[in-house]
Amino acid sequence: MFNFKHEWIEKNVGLMLIATMIAISIGGLVEIAPLFFIKETVEKVDGVRPYTPLESRGRDIYVREGCYLCHSQMIRPFRDEALRYGHYSLAAESKYDHPFQWGSKRTGPDLARVGNKYSNDWHVQHLIDPKSMVPPSVMPRYPWLMTTALDYSDMAERLMALRQVGVPYSLTQGEYDRNVKDFGAEVAQTLHIPDAQKNLIAQAQAGNFDGDRSNVSEMDAVVAYLQVLGTMVDFSKYDNDEFVKFR
Amino acid sequence: MSQQKPQTVQTTGHVWDEDLQEYNNPLPSWWLMGFYASVIMSIIYWMIYPAWPVGKNFTTGFSTVTYVNDKGAEKSSHWNTRAQLMKDMNDAEKMQKPYFDKVTATPFEQIAKDPELTAFVNSAGKAIFADNCAPCHQAGGQGKIGFFPNLTDDDWLYGGSHDKIQESISKGRMGYMPAFKEVLNNEQLDNLANYVASLSGEKADSAKVKAGDALFHGAAAACYYCHDNSGKGRQIIGSANLTDKIWLWADVPAQENAEKKIEVIRQVIANGLSRGVMPSWDERLKPEQVKLLTAYVHGLGGGSK
Repeated sequence: MFNFKHEWIEKNVGLMLIATMIAISIGGLVEIAPLFFIKETVEKVDGVRPYTPLESRGRDIYVREGCYLCHSQMIRPFRDEALRYGHYSLAAESKYDHPFQWGSKRTGPDLARVGNKYSNDWHVQHLIDPKSMVPPSVMPRYPWLMTTALDYSDMAERLMALRQVGVPYSLTQGEYDRNVKDFGAEVAQTLHIPDAQKNLIAQAQAGNFDGDRSNVSEMDAVVAYLQVLGTMVDFSKYDNDEFVKFR
Repeated sequence: MSQQKPQTVQTTGHVWDEDLQEYNNPLPSWWLMGFYASVIMSIIYWMIYPAWPVGKNFTTGFSTVTYVNDKGAEKSSHWNTRAQLMKDMNDAEKMQKPYFDKVTATPFEQIAKDPELTAFVNSAGKAIFADNCAPCHQAGGQGKIGFFPNLTDDDWLYGGSHDKIQESISKGRMGYMPAFKEVLNNEQLDNLANYVASLSGEKADSAKVKAGDALFHGAAAACYYCHDNSGKGRQIIGSANLTDKIWLWADVPAQENAEKKIEVIRQVIANGLSRGVMPSWDERLKPEQVKLLTAYVHGLGGGSK
């Protein structure tokens, strides 16, 4: 008969390591795995769309500079957060984020609904020198965003990568038509991979996010990204308890 | 104690380094009781709150939350954080409602005369101001020269009455001045800058002032069109008063000599402005919060009638 002894695990570091990993992963899996199957995890809501090429590059820079280390993008359903940041974040609002930027630490404020809250001008000056706008701030300066031209030569490839993981950027006419149906013609145009560079330049010109139309800087991209955060869903269209039923 | 009866305790049977053994002492009963109690607690917890996934659904538990939504409908839901938030907001609103109702019902002039209401405006207003306004207008409302106007002085671009402040907050503002380098040459820009400096008593070249005066009131630059013949600006379109010593875009006070003061003015005339954007707060704040904020901003010191 098989006779189990503690001693085997206690005397064998390799076995100990494997057993520990199994025990921990069970803890994680029972919490996470069901969310993929429960039908109400991602709310049904209008307005959420993939990022435009310019916003997407802004997001890349957000990740590159490690903004997520100090800023979360996850407003929790608590009264103090609702009063300060606005409506709690929906799972649906980050369904096109790869990887998501929920974060786990707030040295700075949550940014999930920072879009349209401040002017472009504020963001530009604040990123160049945060202390000049918010004296007690401990945020570092990012002046190079303003002076570095945005590299968008590989824009199509970046969108292709996101398309691989399920973000509905369109490559074919069929996919484009599907996007027109899902998001409307205006949005569908910005999601068309063959036009990615053209769309990026057009949005930077029209939005003039960094106050300088002569070139497309990294600042243009970051501010375009920040200004769209949390603005896709029009909550005024819903009762304020609309999303209770999804939990 | 264990030293007195070592023989009665069994060992685990593990032997290390030839003679190193481990006693197999039973866990203390207080610890075991705590352990079993926590197991029982977790079962009770599963029954009360959402817990176990079942296929595409989950067990919701028998605890419920009752709240009122923004349409006034009373609803009940199994306990979850979103429903609990609704209830928390309901409770807090209920507590603040008498005050907000009073703010909504009371004309601005009366609010200032009511000490209790003023105290509420100052404490609640400070919190709303800190969350939403302070990033630009700074914690005390002092603004930032070159970026955002001072709210504590008596100089107002769009007017400092309660109604005008309320309008600015709820609808937002969009300041704009064209870039005059596209229609004027360097000499003309220089003349205009001298004239504008002279309007508020800064040192300027009198010949250039005279030429700038003609440009200001003439057809080529037509500054008077927005800034008024007097140079005092028009609050209806938010054009600046150029005759006082208060500056927003050109940081004149910080410049060390007259030449540099005129240069910063020239820069603004040449490049124009499209940065004076104040967002609209209608979507983020409730009407009663905007009214309260209006009373707060008016009370910062610079409000007018």
